[in-house]
Amino acid sequence: MSAGLASACLAIVSGDLRLAMRRRADVLTTFFFFVIVASLFPLGVGPEPERLREIGPGVLWVAALLASMLALGRLFSGDFADGALEQLALSPEPLSVLVLAKVAAHWLGTGLPLVLIAPVLGVQFDLAGRALWALTWSLAIGTPVLSLLGSVGAALTLGVRGGGALTALLVLPLYVPVLVFGAGAVSAAAAGMEVSGHLSVLGAMLLLALVAVPWATATAIRIALE
Amino acid sequence: MLEAADLACTRGTRRLFEAISFLLPRGEVLRVRGENGSGKTSLLRILAGLSPAAHGEVRWNERPIRRQREEYAAEMVFIGHSNALKDDLTAAENLRYGLALAGVAASRVQIGDALAEEGLARAADLPIQWLSQGQRRRVALVRLAFCGARRLWILDEPFSGLDRAAVTRLAARMSMHVREGGVVVYTTHQEIDLRLPARDLDLQ
Repeated sequence: MSAGLASACLAIVSGDLRLAMRRRADVLTTFFFFVIVASLFPLGVGPEPERLREIGPGVLWVAALLASMLALGRLFSGDFADGALEQLALSPEPLSVLVLAKVAAHWLGTGLPLVLIAPVLGVQFDLAGRALWALTWSLAIGTPVLSLLGSVGAALTLGVRGGGALTALLVLPLYVPVLVFGAGAVSAAAAGMEVSGHLSVLGAMLLLALVAVPWATATAIRIALE
Repeated sequence: MLEAADLACTRGTRRLFEAISFLLPRGEVLRVRGENGSGKTSLLRILAGLSPAAHGEVRWNERPIRRQREEYAAEMVFIGHSNALKDDLTAAENLRYGLALAGVAASRVQIGDALAEEGLARAADLPIQWLSQGQRRRVALVRLAFCGARRLWILDEPFSGLDRAAVTRLAARMSMHVREGGVVVYTTHQEIDLRLPARDLDLQ
């Protein structure tokens, strides 16, 4: 990695995090969406611990998935509107790597808080010990995949009217495998089974997404700017 | 240096312009003129490599720019219609961000000095949203102070919204760049004397 590329990526991550700090409301929206949706279920389905334990993994994962999707709209739209995306595309550094830096900053601001609060919400569903551990790890590996996959949808719908709903339609089918293995890991842990298989598959998805997605997102951005 | 070969641009079914050809050697200025909607911004975006031309190609040092995207980007500055400034960041933070992205090294002190030179010392630590349109434009244009080494400047309406002193300073900066062997392409509505032999391109 050249010095120019490193400093450009660093500038993107620190700049975007600083922006997130100044626009705290956006970050808090995602966070509280997750907290509230996950808290509504125990109220809705009643307090029987067995039933909660059973639905907990799926509910928590779906809530995290929707929360992370909610934040996608802000990934590139601000930069698209104020012209910063043009400057990103005109940088002498490779756009796909800069995109990766943007997604990383986005995940630090939206995905990481979800990972950190998830064990607390897990307790509401009577998850304990290994299941909480599996929940945290599956989200820690899985939410970056969600952010990466979502970046393609966010870039493809730039400048489209009603882009938010369209992003959801494009991205949700892609989220299915992540959801299956993420929630599967937590269920398996709750049932006392081995989870390393599920986590390995999630890890493989993350590696695959890290390789393929930045290129696809960069191409979509160039098309949006034409 | 910069060469346009038989460029054409279409928007939908409408042809904005066609058969645009020119060769800009070092030390020359091209002023693009035309009415609103005549395709000035589209031409500049094609020259910057942001949009593809419907026909023809742009060459830099005799090679098509789409074959040398990164080399070309390292020799070019594009300041478009929008300022690429973040409302919630200060002027100094915005410049630091923009310059790092463009691969231009600039220290905190240098950025402060450049802003002060442009008369924006007091605005340096204010969020962009508190500045006026003209001040925002000037902050965006301060980038040029660090981009002397970039041969090609492509500026879309750089003078719009600037006060008279700022116009003079920008004109001086562009003249200096050209005298040092740079190339400037810009669009404008105003008659501004750069005291340079400028070539005109009129879009109908």
